[in-house]
Amino acid sequence: MTLGNWTRRALLAASGAALALGLTVAPAIAQTPPGVLVVGQIAEPKALDPAAVTAVNDFRILMNVYDGLVRYKSGTLEVEPALATSWDISEDGTVYTFTLREGVTFHDGSAFDAEAVKFNFDRMLNEDHPYHYTGPFPLAFFFSAIASTDVVDANTVQFTLNAPYAPFLSNLAYPTGLLVSPAAVMQHGADFGRNPSGTGPYVFKEWRSNEAVVVEKNAGYWDGVPSLEAVIYRPITDANTRVAEMLAGGIDMMVEVPPVSLSEFQGDDFTVVEQAGPHVWFLILNAKEGPFANKLVRQAANYAVNKSALVNDVLEGTADVAAGPTPPAFAWAYNEALEPYPYDPDKAKALIAESGVEDLALTFYVTEGGSGMLDPVAMGTAIQADLNAVGFDVAIETYEWNTFLGQVNPGLEGKADLAQMAWMTNDPDTLPYLALRTEAWPDKGGFNSGYYSNAEVDELLNAARVSTDQTERAGLYKKMQEIVQDDAPWVFVANWKQNAVTNAQVENFQLEPSFFLLLREVVKN
Amino acid sequence: MGGYILKRLISAIPVLLGITVIVFLIMAMIPGDPATAILGSYATPENVEKLNRDLGLDKPLVQRYFIWLGNMAQGDFGRSFSLNRPVLDEVAERFNATLVLAGTAFVLCAFLGILAGVVSAARQYGWADKGITFVVLIGISVPSFFLGMMMILTFAVDLRWLPVSGMYAIYGGGDLPDLLRHLVMPATALAVVATGVIARLSRSAMLEVLRLDFIRTARAKGVPERGVIWRHALKAAMVSIIPVLGIQAGFVLSGAVYIEIVFQWPGVGRMLVDAILKRDILLVQGGVVFVAACYVLFNIAVDVAQSLLDPRIKT
Repeated sequence: MTLGNWTRRALLAASGAALALGLTVAPAIAQTPPGVLVVGQIAEPKALDPAAVTAVNDFRILMNVYDGLVRYKSGTLEVEPALATSWDISEDGTVYTFTLREGVTFHDGSAFDAEAVKFNFDRMLNEDHPYHYTGPFPLAFFFSAIASTDVVDANTVQFTLNAPYAPFLSNLAYPTGLLVSPAAVMQHGADFGRNPSGTGPYVFKEWRSNEAVVVEKNAGYWDGVPSLEAVIYRPITDANTRVAEMLAGGIDMMVEVPPVSLSEFQGDDFTVVEQAGPHVWFLILNAKEGPFANKLVRQAANYAVNKSALVNDVLEGTADVAAGPTPPAFAWAYNEALEPYPYDPDKAKALIAESGVEDLALTFYVTEGGSGMLDPVAMGTAIQADLNAVGFDVAIETYEWNTFLGQVNPGLEGKADLAQMAWMTNDPDTLPYLALRTEAWPDKGGFNSGYYSNAEVDELLNAARVSTDQTERAGLYKKMQEIVQDDAPWVFVANWKQNAVTNAQVENFQLEPSFFLLLREVVKN
Repeated sequence: MGGYILKRLISAIPVLLGITVIVFLIMAMIPGDPATAILGSYATPENVEKLNRDLGLDKPLVQRYFIWLGNMAQGDFGRSFSLNRPVLDEVAERFNATLVLAGTAFVLCAFLGILAGVVSAARQYGWADKGITFVVLIGISVPSFFLGMMMILTFAVDLRWLPVSGMYAIYGGGDLPDLLRHLVMPATALAVVATGVIARLSRSAMLEVLRLDFIRTARAKGVPERGVIWRHALKAAMVSIIPVLGIQAGFVLSGAVYIEIVFQWPGVGRMLVDAILKRDILLVQGGVVFVAACYVLFNIAVDVAQSLLDPRIKT
């Protein structure tokens, strides 16, 4: 008796198993049909209630399901009419009167009118509102300037502000200002975020947890019916898996392609789109104590860091070198005359010598990742090498993102000399107002974690915020950028270019400077 | 018997309470809070304070613990901040997906591991043994997430035989063949290391048994070799293989975390990682307590089953 008997049997079992496997493999992987676009998202959405969410990832769905009173003109960050057809601003800049588009209905069939607008803002801002409990509404402070929202008649709504507030219109164009159906909120209460209803080009169909959010075209859309039948949003948190899905045809479009993976998508099968947006990546310098209390040393740091190498080598060309605190995407408010600090280590050494500062030991806060932070660890290491090359002695401390914010937001005093940071905003006012004014030091509730203070900058920013004349505001911001660049409270490093990849079936797609993902005109063959 | 089960269940209560205290304290102590995670760049002290109040996180720690515990005792695990749905719904759904993945991987590694171990032992130092040992050592040495990525590149991206990720096709899927197609790669990647470990240990357990007198007796009596190996030797070797299977079941379940991330499997491991990064306190706490309770119940069930099978274990 040999063992031949049972090896034959094992062989039989093995071939049986292989056959079973073959059967499961045999049907070709189902491709999605024309007209159905599959978008690879970076995470599961939190909710589809625009007032309740904060993540760009969620906005990518919301912007296609809802409309606001106003929106950004395609390819710009300037405001144009949407659900409001026109508006009027009072002389003193405190009363905004909007005329609403007629004949628009929410997806649930209820009418869009002035009462609906009032419901939306009262729900978010008024703690006594019967549906305020459907929050919390973390970004409600975008509209904290609103003292009251009043219905003038069915097609006219009036906002009274407690003080002139120039960014009001662009805040209305932000996803937090998108308008939801009051009837749907009343029907679903706290579960509205999973049963959304707006007026947008796509109608919510279903949400399969951790699998997909499906929206279908709105056949009665007021601004032109989409050509796509449906869009499926798939959350794929791991970047490598997202790239693999794109290569294998499991998704038609992906956003936030890792720089190192871009080379995978060269050739005719894919199209890579990129678009600079309102993003700035910088280093906060501690201007209160230590070497960076001296302006010459702060300027030296700006000369010492090789920004071109960072954006071209570390970020593989997915960003541009930043010149100042305002991203060029805010075209109307951007000072074209500013040139970035050139890479000049010798000049940096000379400035340090001139400053007379001798103790050049620095503590540098680096984060492992986080919203808009790009590739922070690699960038931090390269920056450390550049700074050490001109005589600094940099010690890096790395933190997980939430911990990092907990260290940096309360201020760097007594802890660190510099920290990485990045912001994406919707108005040129936001970042400098919250992070460069004396009144924005951390102990006063702002994000000026490096304690920069310049009375002239304070004055310019305060004036820009209350002016309703865009040309006047532009002048003030441009002057501010000049002063801030020279004072160098930050090392200005990079402006991120958002990217996306589509496969050959997708046409008519472009990215917006707002970083929103607008799919109304996209075609899939 | 009923008394024994009751006794075991009562003794599980302090264990579970201990787990609630530990997970609650860990979530309270880690730096960063949900409001900062939600608000991101806009986390001014004022906004954080308001949001924490809205989320009910402004109350003293002890009070928060007892509110949580009291709600949980009534079956209310609270609502997730980051997913805006009841914690229990999310956890139950995700745990189910993990069980499918880890269960399949476990069956796979137990079957293949024992088979390989027995064949190796029966053919000690033969070609089959050397070949199996070689493959097994590679299997033990390759990290499962790396193997997972290589499998994706080969079978999904290049050959397009299998889907890259997920549990069901997002368009027109949802049936059993669809699930199996999605399950092949993650379950295999997850099973490889455990298969290797089980194969090695089954081999040595078998070799030890094959040297014993009763095997020689069996052979002398003319029992066919197949019967000697499978009926007599394996049965005796199982005594030392079963505890290994138990330990490997634990490894497979915890190893599922990496595999769930690589293959976007909607399981509880990936959910916990996401929840920790978002500081979704209630989801982390609820998830950990739920999984821990399942472990405890599973252990009790095993003990009870064992006492039913083996009368020497006192009831």
